[in-house]
Amino acid sequence: MPTSTLEAVSAARWRIAISLTVAMMAVYFGFVLLVAFNKPLLGRIVTRGLSLGMLLGALVILVAWVLTWIYVRWANTHYDASLKTLRAGRPAERPR
Amino acid sequence: MTSALGEPNALAITFFVLFIALSLGITIWASRKTRTAEHFYAAGRSVTAFQNGLALAGDYMSAASFLGIAGLVALSGFDGLIYSIGWLVGWPIVMFLIAEPLRNLGRYTFADVLAARLRQTPIRIASAIGSLAVISFYLIAQMVGAGNLIRLLFGLPYEAAVVIVGAVMLAYVLFGGMIATTWVQIIKAVLLLGGATLLAGLVLARFSFNPLALFAQASDMYGAGVLGPGRLVTDPIDAVSLGLALMLGTAGLPHILMRFYTVPDSRTARTSVGYATAFIGFFYLLTFVLGFGAMVIIGRDAITSIDAGGNMAAPLLAEGVGGTPFLGFISAVAFATILAVVAGLTLSGAATLSHDLWVSVVRGAKADQREQLRVARMATVLLAIVSIVLGIAFKGQNVAYMVGLAFAIAASANFPALVLSIFWKGLTTAGAQYSMIVGTVSALGLIYLSPTIQVDILGNAAAWFPLRNPGIVTIPLSFAVAITVSLLRPVAQEAQRFAELERQLHLGVEHVD
Repeated sequence: MPTSTLEAVSAARWRIAISLTVAMMAVYFGFVLLVAFNKPLLGRIVTRGLSLGMLLGALVILVAWVLTWIYVRWANTHYDASLKTLRAGRPAERPR
Repeated sequence: MTSALGEPNALAITFFVLFIALSLGITIWASRKTRTAEHFYAAGRSVTAFQNGLALAGDYMSAASFLGIAGLVALSGFDGLIYSIGWLVGWPIVMFLIAEPLRNLGRYTFADVLAARLRQTPIRIASAIGSLAVISFYLIAQMVGAGNLIRLLFGLPYEAAVVIVGAVMLAYVLFGGMIATTWVQIIKAVLLLGGATLLAGLVLARFSFNPLALFAQASDMYGAGVLGPGRLVTDPIDAVSLGLALMLGTAGLPHILMRFYTVPDSRTARTSVGYATAFIGFFYLLTFVLGFGAMVIIGRDAITSIDAGGNMAAPLLAEGVGGTPFLGFISAVAFATILAVVAGLTLSGAATLSHDLWVSVVRGAKADQREQLRVARMATVLLAIVSIVLGIAFKGQNVAYMVGLAFAIAASANFPALVLSIFWKGLTTAGAQYSMIVGTVSALGLIYLSPTIQVDILGNAAAWFPLRNPGIVTIPLSFAVAITVSLLRPVAQEAQRFAELERQLHLGVEHVD
C-alpha cells in the first residue's frame, strides 16, 4: 500500500537515501582504512593470482552496483507508486 | 623497445579524421535544432535514460582514468586500483542524494536548486566562484594532458594539439550546444567501452580467459607485492581525505550535475544514473585487466622508457596485442575521450557564466531567448580561448594534482550547500553563500600549503599543511560553516519556502491544463 501524504513520502525517501548512503560510505571507507592500516592482511593471497585486497576492491564495486540496484528497485515500485497517489490526490499547483 | 607510437600513423589519423567528421556532422545536425536556451543547455530535455547513462559515463571517464589508471596499475599494481574504486563510489551517492531532487528543482545549473529557495544574487555569485574554480582546474588538467598525449600518440607539436582540441571542442559547443555535446559523449563512451573491452579480451585470450592466471603471472614476474597495497597510501588520514573528495566530489561536479537536466523527468534521471554506474563500474573493472596486462605483456621498463608516468601503458598494450591498427584505434579513442570531457566542461562553464551570472544576476532573469543564446555562445568562445591559453601556459608543468584539486573543491564548495539545500529546512542564503566561499578558498589554500605544491613544485623542504588531500578538513568545515551561519541567523521566510518546494522536490514542476 503506497503512502499517501507528502510528509510520509518524503520521510520514506530520505530514510532510504540516508541508509544507502551510510552503507556505501561504510563499505568504501572500511576498504580505505584497511588499505591504510592493515596492508599485510590485504596483501594475503586468497588463491593463486588473487589477493584479499583485490577481491575486496572488486567487491566494493559490486556493492556499489547492488546498492544502486536496490535504490532503483525501491524507487520504481514504492516511491513512484506513492508519487502517483500524491499526484492524483491533490490538484496540482500552478507552476510559478 | 620499438613502437610505432609517436610516429604519424596512417590508421590512427584515419580513425581520428573519421571521428572528427562524424562528430562535426552531428554538430551541424544539432545546430539546426538548437533554437532556445533550453536546447543549448539541456538538449531540449529529450535525452533518454540509456543515452544519458552513456553520456554521463562519457563525461566522467576522462583520459586520466583510462590512460592514467591503466598506467598506474601497470607500474604499481594494486595501488592503482584504489583510484579506480574511489572514482566509482561517488555514483551511488549522486543517485541517493542528488539526481532526482536536482532534476525536479532546477533548470540548467545546480545553482538553480539553491536559488529556488534562497536569494538569487548572493547564491549565484558564490556558486559561480566554486563552479568556475572546479571547471578551470579540470580544464587545465585536460588541456595539458591533451597536448602531451597527442604529442606522444601522433607526434604533433604540443601547442598545435592544444589549439586543435580547443577549436574542435569550440565547434561542438558553440554550434551544437548540449545536443552535440551529448552525442559526442555517447559516441566516445561507446568507443571507449568497446575499445577497452576488446583490448581486455585480447589480453585475456592469452590467459585462456582467466584473469587470475594473468594476475598470477604478474606476481611471478614482479613479486607477490604487486597484488597487495604498496607505497602509494602511506598516511591513513590522507587516504581517507582523498577518498572523501573522490566520493563526494563526484556529486559536486558542475558538468556532471548539468547532465541531469537533459532528461525529461526525475524518473529518467534516476534510471540514467543506474546505467552510468553500471558502465563506469564495468570500465573500472576492466582497468584491473588492462593494467596488469600491460605489466605482464609489455613490461614495466618498456612502459617507463616511453613515458615515465606510465600514461602510454594502454596504447602500448594495444599495439602489443593488436598491432599498429589497434594502436591507431586506441589512440583515436583517447583523443575522442579528451574532446568529450572538455566539451562537457566548457558547456557547464558557459552555463555558469551566462545563466547564473549574466541572465540571473546582471539582467535579473529578464533576458529573452535570443539574448540568452547569444550570451551563452559568447561565454563559450571566451572559455575556449581561456582554455587554449591556459593549456599552453601550463606546458611542461605537473598538473596531475589539478584533477584531485577539482574534486576537492567540488566536494567542499558545491556538495555541502547543494545537499543541505535539498535536505535541510534551516539552510539560509548566508549559510549557503559562506559555505561555498569557505569551501573554495580553504580547498585552494590548503592545496597551496600542502606538500604537493610546497615540496614537489616549489622545492621547499617542508610544507605547512601535512596532507596532500584537503578534503577531510575542508568538507566538514564547509558543512559546519553552512550550519552555524544558518543557525545564528535563521530566516523564517526561507524555511517557509523550503516547505513550499517540498512537493516540487518529489513531483517536479506540475503543469495544469
